[in-house]
Formats: sequence, structure tokens, C-alpha cells
Amino acid sequence: MRRREVVVVGAHNTPQARVLEGQTSDSVTLAAITGALDDAGLTTADVDGLTVLPGLQYRGGADAFGYALGIPWFWTGAQVPGPAAVVEAAAAIEAGACETVVLAGGQAGVYTDRAAVAPWARPAHEFIECWGLMTPAEWAMAAQQYLHRFSVPREKIAHVAAVIRNNGSRNPEAVYFGRGPYTAEDVLASRMIADPYHLLDCATTSEGGSALVLTTAERAADLDARPVRVLGGAWDSWGPTYTHPPTYDRVAMWGRKAGDAAFAQAGISRDDVDVFEFYDNFSWEIVRYFEALRYCDVGEGADLVAGDAIEATGRYPIVTDGGTMSHSHTGESQRLQRVVQAVRQLRGESAANQVAGAEIALVAVIGEVLLLGT
Amino acid sequence: MTAPDRPVPHPSPLTQPFWAACRDGRLLVQRCDKCGTHVFTPQEFCRECHADALTWVESAGAGHVVTFTVVWRPQTPAFGVPYVVAVVRLDEGYEMVTNIVGSSPDAVTIGAAVRVRFTPVTDAITLPCFELVA
Repeated sequence: MRRREVVVVGAHNTPQARVLEGQTSDSVTLAAITGALDDAGLTTADVDGLTVLPGLQYRGGADAFGYALGIPWFWTGAQVPGPAAVVEAAAAIEAGACETVVLAGGQAGVYTDRAAVAPWARPAHEFIECWGLMTPAEWAMAAQQYLHRFSVPREKIAHVAAVIRNNGSRNPEAVYFGRGPYTAEDVLASRMIADPYHLLDCATTSEGGSALVLTTAERAADLDARPVRVLGGAWDSWGPTYTHPPTYDRVAMWGRKAGDAAFAQAGISRDDVDVFEFYDNFSWEIVRYFEALRYCDVGEGADLVAGDAIEATGRYPIVTDGGTMSHSHTGESQRLQRVVQAVRQLRGESAANQVAGAEIALVAVIGEVLLLGT
Repeated sequence: MTAPDRPVPHPSPLTQPFWAACRDGRLLVQRCDKCGTHVFTPQEFCRECHADALTWVESAGAGHVVTFTVVWRPQTPAFGVPYVVAVVRLDEGYEMVTNIVGSSPDAVTIGAAVRVRFTPVTDAITLPCFELVA
């Protein structure tokens, strides 16, 4: 069977804010879907596949939205909307299971108890929650071990956070637009959250929605939207999330297998990538991605990201919208934001920090890897 | 407003022996009858050889810190800061997430020797925390 080429034809973020008064997870998710379909020049009548995660409703989101939108029969994806869900949807379209898939997520009104960390950051597992673990502490433990093992000073990972936050500072769509600029010293001067992570090493929390539309290259040829090609992708699981001890040795190579598969599918080399839309849940994660995805040897990532290398004008531009640290972090739909931003870079339509002549984007969200191209 | 209670485990039939022993001051772990591997968290079968013959045995409760973090922004206000969350590797060869208690957080280092210290939190639940070995 001849495989059909799959392209992204719609990409949209709703307005993002610390709090979106009067909005719900469903309303922002719907707004994201509408925006992405408008961007594509399509309507819900064209949609026959859905991967949807409203709020933190991890099961049944696509079923609920497909029904609510009045779509009679539709394919549903099981992945959380993000890079892996794009790969899953592309495979379904290639196989002929559906023609046009919407991937969407959004959250509003879920994080109300501000005395505690966000609900998505508090895993309830029996052997985790009782120790006061939350996601910053979980990810901090792997980072702590890395810094210790490779004798890396904290300033080197704080630099990553400063670059990302400064990208957001220049992005008028970012929740923290205009906040900054920051230096590594500013990051280290912010209050400690979970050693080695200071406040400014961590994701923020906010509300908003994001969505993508995928279809065949053949269908896209009839649309005005500028298509972005899905070149390859895969994802790695490491087992149940937030259940087993998060040591460096377990975390370090998460995504390597997926990355190798993605580059093999795309038939391109690491050097061909122009922009790196990595999920910046915490500053050291960016270092980890460059090592896991074979851009440098293990222990050398902190040197790779030094200086101007990861600026929008550098060789390895990262997180060009400001990411979770400045643009927006809604609990889950930030995974889609990485893909939305990669699409906008490849279309030359980034709201800020446009990488000149970007043709290939590498998206990585923990163990999920996706390659997109013009 | 009073601080919320610290979240406590809700034992399942699989994990109930572990928590019952903690209340009696004993640290249990599953050991595979076939290959001898110690298995944690509690499982239905051995991760090494997949035998479904796991028997609860007592751990010596001694190990070292694999990694840790000193937390200043608590999960909920039930936790007083700072507190230390760590991964401890027991001498039997398995790892647990725990708290290091009984010393200044500044004293905790990667590689430090630790031993279990049971800390009751409710009538039903006692947590297997760890402390530095002097």
C-alpha cells in the first residue's frame, strides 16, 4: 500500500494568561479547535479524527468532543495531545483510517488551591505522594545527580532558563511578555523550589488552549494554508509516570530510541535541524535532550548550550516562544504548544524570535520526538 | 485556617503487608523465590525473571543516598519546609523514594550512608523514612 504524505495545515494557540476569567477547560479547548480549523481553512465537517484532552480529563476527551461537535463517526487517538499524538494521528491518516485529524487541549479553572502546587504536579501514587514529592522535586533529583556526576556548576543550567525566559520576554503572546531580560545570576538569585531548581528554573502555571490540524498533502494542495510536512517521529515510555524512583540513570536517555527512529524515518541528519522546540519543564531538561538525542556526548550538554548557541540567532535555537517558563504552561496543552511553535517557525510566522530560513524543526517533549519540515 | 493533613498511603491488598510491617517497625520487601531479586515497589511478578512467586522478607534497612533534593516549595502546606526527598538504594539492591530526617538538610550528600527510621503519621500508617548514619 502506498503511504500517503501527512502535513500540518492548522496550528493555533488561544490567548494564554495566568487566569482566563470566565473560561473553562472545554471553552478554551473549543476555541483552540476553532482557531486551528480557521487557520487551515477547514471546518468541523472536514474532521474525521480527534485527539482531545480538555483540562486533566485523560480519558474520553476525544469521544466527548467529537459528539459535542456533531461529528457522526471519527477516529480517536489515545496519546496525550503533543508530539506523540501527531505521530499517532499521522500513522492513522497514512493508513487511511481517517483524512483530517484535530489534536487539541486546553485548561482553565483547574488550579484553584494556590497554597499547594498545581494539581497536575502532585502525583497521587501510594509510594510517591506521602513523601511530599511533586514534579519539581521529582525532576530535581535527576538533575542533582547529573550535576554531581559530571561536576557541572548550576550557572550552566541557569543560563538555559535565562535564554528561554528572554525569548518569552520578546514574545507579545507570552504570559510573561516584557518580563526580563534575565541573566543566569537572576535565576540563581530567585528563591529555591527544589534543589538545584530555583523558581526561575521551573515552569510557570497558566491557562489557555492549543490545537493542530493534520491532513494529507493531497487535501492540503486545495487549501490556502501553508503546509508543514511530518517527516518522522516516535515516542518512548519509561513505565508508569511518577511511580518509580526518578534517578538520573532512569531519566537520562529517555527519548533516545524515539529520536533515532525519527531521524531514520526522515532520512536526515542531526545537522539538518534549524530549530529545536524542546519541552522546557525544567532548565536541565534542555541539556538532557541534547545528550539523549545525540547532539553531544553524555556530560557535555551543559557546554553545548553555553553562550549564544541556544539563542534564536545561534546554531541551536531552543524554545523560541518562551515555553512553559514564559509563554504558557497549562498542565498538558503546553505539549501541543511546542508543535504549534515549530509549525510557525517553519512557516516564517513566529510572533518573535523567528529563526531565519528555518526548514527543519525538531520537537521533543520528554520521551516524545517529532521532526517537521517545510 | 489549619494546615491540611499530610497525604497518607491507602494500602491495596498487594501493598498491605508492607505498611502493616512498617507499623511494627520492620521494613519488608518482596524477594523472588526463583531468582532472588528484591522487588520494589510491590509487584505481582518478578521484574527480572517474571516468576509470580514473590515472598515478603525483611530488609536490613541500610543503604545509601542515590540522589536527593531539598524542597522549599511544599507539595501542600502539610509539609513544613525545608524537607528532604531522596532516592535511597538499599543494600539488598532495590531503590525507594523516601524522606531523609533527623539532620540538617545541608548534611545530606549523594552517597551518604543511611538507615531506616520509622515515623508514625497516623494510627494506621508509619512511614519508612531514613536518617544519616553517623
